[in-house]
Amino acid sequence: MSADATVLPAGRPVKLGLDRDGLIKRLFMVLIALYLIVTLALPLYAMMSKSFSTYEFELQRYAFQVSDGEGNWGEPVTAAELNARLGLLDEADLASTSDGRLAATELFPDFNFRSPVRYRIRGTVEDAPYLVGLEYHNSREWQEFDSNTFRRINLRPVRSIGVQNYVEYFSTPSLVSSIRNSFFIASVSTVLTVGLAFGFAYAMNRSCMPFKGAFRLIALMPILVPSLLPGIALIYLFGNQGLLKSLMMGHSIYGPIGIIVGSVFFTFPHALIIISTALNISDQRQYEAAEALRTSKWRTFWTVTIPGARYGLVSAVFVTFTLVITDFGLPKVIGGQYNVLAVDIYKQVIGQQNFEMGAVVSVILLVPAVFAFMIDRMVQKKQVALLTARSVPYSPKPKRGFDMACLAWCSLIGLFIVGIIAICQFAALVRFWPYDLSLSLNNYAFNRMDGGGWSAYTNSIQLGLLTAFAGTVVIFIGAYMVEKVQGFAAGRSFFQFLAMLPMAVPGMVLGLAYIFFFNNPANPLHVIYGTMAILVISTITHFYTVGHLTAVTALKQIDGEFEPVATSLRQPFYRLFSRVTVPVCLPAILDISIYLFVNAMTTVSAVVFLYSTETNLASVAVLNMDDAGDIAPAAAMGMMIFYTNAAARLVHAFASRSLLARTQVWRTR
Amino acid sequence: MRHETVNESPGPRAAGDAGGAAASTEPAYLRIDNLWKAFGEFLALKDVSLRIGRGEFVCFLGPSGCGKTTLLRAIAGLDPQSRGTIHQDGRDISALPASRRDYGIVFQSYALFPNLTIERNVAFGLENARRPRAEIRARVAELLALVGLSDQARKYPAQLSGGQQQRVALARAIAISPGLLLLDEPLSALDAKVRIHLRHEIKELQRKLGVTTIMVTHDQEEALSMADRIVVMNHGVIEQVGTPVEIYRHPASLFVADFVGETNKFASRSDAGTVRLGRRTLSMARDDFADGEPLTVAIRPEDVLPQSAGEAASGPNRLAVVIDDMEFLGAFWRTHLSGGDLGDETLIANFSMNAVRRLNLERGASLTIEIPVERVLAFPGEA
Repeated sequence: MSADATVLPAGRPVKLGLDRDGLIKRLFMVLIALYLIVTLALPLYAMMSKSFSTYEFELQRYAFQVSDGEGNWGEPVTAAELNARLGLLDEADLASTSDGRLAATELFPDFNFRSPVRYRIRGTVEDAPYLVGLEYHNSREWQEFDSNTFRRINLRPVRSIGVQNYVEYFSTPSLVSSIRNSFFIASVSTVLTVGLAFGFAYAMNRSCMPFKGAFRLIALMPILVPSLLPGIALIYLFGNQGLLKSLMMGHSIYGPIGIIVGSVFFTFPHALIIISTALNISDQRQYEAAEALRTSKWRTFWTVTIPGARYGLVSAVFVTFTLVITDFGLPKVIGGQYNVLAVDIYKQVIGQQNFEMGAVVSVILLVPAVFAFMIDRMVQKKQVALLTARSVPYSPKPKRGFDMACLAWCSLIGLFIVGIIAICQFAALVRFWPYDLSLSLNNYAFNRMDGGGWSAYTNSIQLGLLTAFAGTVVIFIGAYMVEKVQGFAAGRSFFQFLAMLPMAVPGMVLGLAYIFFFNNPANPLHVIYGTMAILVISTITHFYTVGHLTAVTALKQIDGEFEPVATSLRQPFYRLFSRVTVPVCLPAILDISIYLFVNAMTTVSAVVFLYSTETNLASVAVLNMDDAGDIAPAAAMGMMIFYTNAAARLVHAFASRSLLARTQVWRTR
Repeated sequence: MRHETVNESPGPRAAGDAGGAAASTEPAYLRIDNLWKAFGEFLALKDVSLRIGRGEFVCFLGPSGCGKTTLLRAIAGLDPQSRGTIHQDGRDISALPASRRDYGIVFQSYALFPNLTIERNVAFGLENARRPRAEIRARVAELLALVGLSDQARKYPAQLSGGQQQRVALARAIAISPGLLLLDEPLSALDAKVRIHLRHEIKELQRKLGVTTIMVTHDQEEALSMADRIVVMNHGVIEQVGTPVEIYRHPASLFVADFVGETNKFASRSDAGTVRLGRRTLSMARDDFADGEPLTVAIRPEDVLPQSAGEAASGPNRLAVVIDDMEFLGAFWRTHLSGGDLGDETLIANFSMNAVRRLNLERGASLTIEIPVERVLAFPGEA
């Protein structure tokens, strides 16, 4: 009797009707999910499928018929038979890329465009594409041409699916060696960066050394410049014309040494922020307990400090590793003959126009990036659990010897960072390094150099502003939909997955994927190819995840019951959104926009495949001027990026403060 | 089922009233029929049906996980039920989205908008109704006066105490004059003193406005002191619905007896309208048990009456006992009784200060107690 009462009666679960709010929210979510699918999932898919595509001229698909001078037609013969009979083309000649063309005349060694001989061609199977001039033909009917037209006939390769490209990749030693090189520089740089950053963070958090504020500012400076700028500085110091070349003791800075030193420079702030956060959440009471138990300092360090910061350390390791292995600008500038994966993609695509091989290298680069990303996410989840614990923050006591040691350590690192930037500035202002060290502004006359001139700089600012504005809107609304929409759980977790994905995709891979997807004439979105729009979209997508996480964290701190209250008051959600959610999250929103701006100014990797002559960018100009040997102007442009970002940071800090003062009165009791 | 077609025009109520003249009782304002809620395999509500009258103050009372909040959220349309129907004011709201229902809600967390002043918070629900500004301002002033916060209008929520914030939340919820007021543990986050004060205020306010109100609470004192009727819930079912006095004096189940107030419990067996306690038999008012049926006897500590020394220990429902221990709890003494007629059992009794002084009760003393026949509660099954 009572057993009956505990079984849910059959029937359909009650589903609430959709109101206007629900409709609008779902619409927004679908739109932003669609945005991520179009700008991320589909291009990646296009790239993946490209890496498995091989192109080959299949001669048995074509048949020819040749007449004599009087118009009597000979026997039809397939191209394959012709080739076999004459032994003209071997297998390597028939392998091709998607863009390949094979002149039909290659099969007729005695061809003469002035002869009265006429030619016929037809497909022996359904798919036998060929070009007559620029005109595309694909037919099983005989088509007849005079010899003058026949010389303009090109056979087109046919696509087949397989692992052929990968086989080729792994049997080319010069390509495979890049994998080892990439792992080597990424591993060494990671160890160095994390070690240096841990010492720096430890000094900042656990000592009473002076000038902490200044050190913090200096440590974060590398974020404001493109990753290739330290490469330029190192060339000035240790390159062929370098001031300190003798210090290299015969080793070359062009190669692994340069890449590693430069990587330490540009990854340092990223590692520092993560480790600092981890050290910050340590609990004073644990140290008091250790002291009460008369534990030695050394033992306390290994049993309290390191375990407390272990998640931060692991996370810093993987973030640094990913940054180095996916970086393109620095090895491009200072790598010399030392090949790494990210540069290989560039060389395959830009240098050799071999898009399929570029796609293969991209997929290979994707593997460590995705792997590092997954481990980092797992670790981050645990870190959050630590943060929620209620603890007493650690406050250091002055100890003269220790504090001085910390000061020395931080000063050395500070000197390294400031030195690199100062060298760039100095080189940019010098008339002719190293022979004429008098100062001039000649190197700032960008319009006289290759690389886009001053318009590249204004384009970059435009890109930065557009990315910051559009990106913040898209990212914040997307995060709001994930965090604050009830129901639709499957859709939300799919969206969350899409939003996390960009973090795992290296910029070079994204850029190449965009070529495959957007440069396809069959794609209606082809129109944005070569415009500012595609640069903005790729940059937003490239840096989507960090902004998304910032927004989600801010939104999580907002009471989940605001939405039901507003609904019960019969207010549309967008009113709550604009009147409460956005104002409360304003600090996070400003953080997202400055993050996007700074990265849009410095990024090279995704946009290097996507800019056009009208949309040249400052960061790409640095690369191109360096490539053309205009190293001093490259340094000058790099410094322009630095000053612009520094100014943007100042404006951001000022705007945040005044906005906060005005709109966040409620925070102060 | 009536034959009138039910639609959303004011018609059906008029028709219902006309037809209901013969039925004599006013139709329920909120009618919940056969509500089920499943979270995966877990059933949070099992076939719950309930009627709530217009203007009533009803408390959903029960331990955490009993389904009371689930029921409230189904009524609010925040988490729809899996099966069953809800009618509010004659209108089927079972599948209506929350925005098209008619209620105001107050949460334990207050959920005040931190960046808006108190008056903007209260005005939030009024502002899009194309009302003139002056009217909104007047209404906000009226509401703030109602909850006694007129002088705090320009402050931000963080500048107020918890009790004040909850009153703002209340003012905001009733600003749009909802037909139904839902309170989800509104007092749980507050200090004991503030809680008792606000309890009274909410009840006053509700009486003044006459708004049908449902409050979810796990605090029996809160429910007893505020509700017109209490709905006691456990494991997703309603154990009992009744006035506070009914619930307390005549619990329908052992769970209710145990959850609301304190009880002494004894395992026993039914024997012609009596049960055994220690070495004696007690008569009870209820005699619908089969002989020999296992029972649990429940006796509230305050129903144990101490007798003066002269009275006979052998009357009906009287027992001779010894005082084991006494705890002073301010208003009364909690007294642990054993020995004598209790045999191996122990009994807790609450004796008033006066009784203790008058009868000279102290540790080790013997005395006679009486348990009135109608206060011997018995429930089938063993505890």
